[in-house]
Amino acid sequence: MRLDAAVLAVTQVVVMVVLTPLLIGLMRQVRSRLEGRAGAGIAQPWRDVRKLLAKEVLKAPGTSWVQATGPVVLVASSLVLCALIPLVGTVAFPLIPDDLFVVVGVLLIGTVALALVGLDAGSAFGGMGSSRHMTIAALVEPTVLVAIYALSVPIGSSALSQIVDSRMQSPASIAAPVSLLALVALAIAVIAETSRMPVDNPSTHLELTMVHEAMTLESSGRDLAWLELGSWLRLAALLGLIGALVLPWGLATEITPLTLLIGVVAVTIKLAILGAVLATVEVFLAKLRLFRVPELLAGSFVLALLAVTASYLTVQA
Amino acid sequence: MTRPGYRHARAVTADDLPDAVQAHLDDGYQVAMVACHEDVDAFRIVYVLLRARADDRSELVLAVPKDAPAVPSLARLDYSLGRFEREIRDLYGVRPLEHPLPRRLVRHGHWPKRYYPMLSNATPDPAFDQDIGSFPFIEVEGDGVYEIPVGPVHAGLIEPGHFRFSVVGETILRMKARLWFVHRGIEKLLEGTDPGTAIQVAERISGDTAVGHSLAITMAIEEAAGIAVTDDDRATRALLLELERLHNHVADIGALANDVGYGLMNAHALRLREDLLRINQATTGHRLLRGAIHIGGTQLIALPDPARLQSIADTVAELSAITIGNATVRDRFIGTSVLPENQARRLGVLGYVARASGIDIDARRDHPFADLGDDFRVVQESAGDVMSRYAVRVREVQVSTAVINHLTKRLDGRTGQAHPAAVFGPGSGLGIVEGWRGRIAHRVELDASGHLARAKIVDPSFVNWPALPVALADTIVPDFPLTNKSFNQSYAGNDL
Repeated sequence: MRLDAAVLAVTQVVVMVVLTPLLIGLMRQVRSRLEGRAGAGIAQPWRDVRKLLAKEVLKAPGTSWVQATGPVVLVASSLVLCALIPLVGTVAFPLIPDDLFVVVGVLLIGTVALALVGLDAGSAFGGMGSSRHMTIAALVEPTVLVAIYALSVPIGSSALSQIVDSRMQSPASIAAPVSLLALVALAIAVIAETSRMPVDNPSTHLELTMVHEAMTLESSGRDLAWLELGSWLRLAALLGLIGALVLPWGLATEITPLTLLIGVVAVTIKLAILGAVLATVEVFLAKLRLFRVPELLAGSFVLALLAVTASYLTVQA
Repeated sequence: MTRPGYRHARAVTADDLPDAVQAHLDDGYQVAMVACHEDVDAFRIVYVLLRARADDRSELVLAVPKDAPAVPSLARLDYSLGRFEREIRDLYGVRPLEHPLPRRLVRHGHWPKRYYPMLSNATPDPAFDQDIGSFPFIEVEGDGVYEIPVGPVHAGLIEPGHFRFSVVGETILRMKARLWFVHRGIEKLLEGTDPGTAIQVAERISGDTAVGHSLAITMAIEEAAGIAVTDDDRATRALLLELERLHNHVADIGALANDVGYGLMNAHALRLREDLLRINQATTGHRLLRGAIHIGGTQLIALPDPARLQSIADTVAELSAITIGNATVRDRFIGTSVLPENQARRLGVLGYVARASGIDIDARRDHPFADLGDDFRVVQESAGDVMSRYAVRVREVQVSTAVINHLTKRLDGRTGQAHPAAVFGPGSGLGIVEGWRGRIAHRVELDASGHLARAKIVDPSFVNWPALPVALADTIVPDFPLTNKSFNQSYAGNDL
């Protein structure tokens, strides 16, 4: 069992690292095509990462060790996320649970690391980005917790693999009101957490409107590559989590080469679909005024809270 | 209708000047420019005031002795006068006495002491001196107030400007803009050039206003030399002016949507702009409409196809309807960065910025040089917010298209004739044109050989820039780029 879990975790990490830049490339390509542009092709993010990794790191005056370690911590936390979340299969380590609180905790480590990188150079933009990022994170993390908690109530366990397992066995529960409410809340939270439209504009060049981009302005070369890859991995892992919750099929419940292969193909398809849908929706969205973002996130929190309430009522009934 | 405006000049003494200017302002005149001239024995300062009624152009001429170069400051009478005085002080060394805000304006921090680039004995390219002390920004004090310095080097392809925000949380308490990082010495460059070269220089003052500036200087030279232009050629010039307005407005309509993350509209607007630039290429041989305006006439390659322009205008209308139809975009545009009408009037703003704040001003009607037909009207909005500035542009696209199509019909295939008129001096002339950003004014003096002795250029950006900080009161920081784009003032036109 332990070896199984290790194989699965390694597979998930490798698959996600390979797929994530392609997922980002696919999303950008979908957006380009929908806007009538040619686009750079889905391999462009991979080329960008390769290019950045080969470049020397330029450090702004006054930066500290945080500038170099922050990106590594972000990538490490994202990789742990990829290992923990049931993306390819639902075989978990017995001692390191894929518990929802652990997952949110790991997510927060990455968030804080990124915010510290933004603050480190002492520039106004980085500080602005970090302050906005933490404001959004403070509103998002509870929503993620509460939303998945709502899903865990009927099963009586907060382990993600068991939640996904049970949904695989009784697909009817996916369309239950509790599940739908929780999924919508989770989707909004994921969009905010990963700095997508309408909360943040990932393709802007306007320093003063940036959230995520502002924090990475002072980073370059390898540091920037890790920051980008780490952030993309978070997006991919969280999209994968939504994928596993909405379409739990194809996940490996026991580890054989065939089930692993099926799991990998399944997660690739799910990510491609979700990425394309997200990119398509983004084309038709404009960015919210910053002061409206809390309203959106409060809304998603209310949905999550309703989901929890409803799940208790359903369990008792 | 098409006769040049009535221009009259009067000499005043320093003592009479404030009352004379005040009398003009009371009488409905607006300050167009203050131009300094270095004569052999004295400085000569010309105050140009304009009145829409009867297209009245009044000049007050003040002689200032060279050994004591100072003028009484009129900054208290009119805001823009104070700015012109500071400009003249930085370029000529003529001090405004008792100026309420005597800080440097055009002067670059590294210019050597007592370096006044417009003086005849100034070296063109002096060695940089120590920075004469950083520009004094007022520090706003209080709990949680912090400063965000932005620029002059930006993340995007933007010209150099430094913005200093004093902020609490995300709300802007105060914004100070510091421009004038790239003085090119355009007015100095124009001294002594022949009229043909002057037009080429004017086309390059601000790349997006090639027609506006070259037409203004051409009209100024023609007035100075007494050269008449045929009706057809004037109509052709008006047509070029509207073509320039079209491609700039379309670009802005897309860029404003892009700044709220609605990139889809920008992609379409850029496509339409490309179509327009190709029409420009076919019309004049240059995508930014250079090279068609000459002294004494205009020469096009072909007239634009009205049907093509109309279809572009229809698409713009459709795109803007979709943009405005998006609830988030509406929320971002409406009520954002309001420039109240009374503030706009006191600053003397021009162009779409003024018209969006409910000021009825347009040189095409107030200082006309060609008949634009019945479809021409001055577009006006009243709210003064980003939405108003967006809406003025959207509606002006339709008006400009109608005007172009009217002029095309009237010209009936005639593409104008460049009568290369010989220019004889001496003389002075004033050219006033409604460029796409607003009223452009050029005042030219010719020497006896017909070359330019002096040219004073006023881009609307010079008077419009100070309105930006006013509109930003109580705006949040992430809305600044949107606000700035809705003003879209020129750095190059401002810093000659």
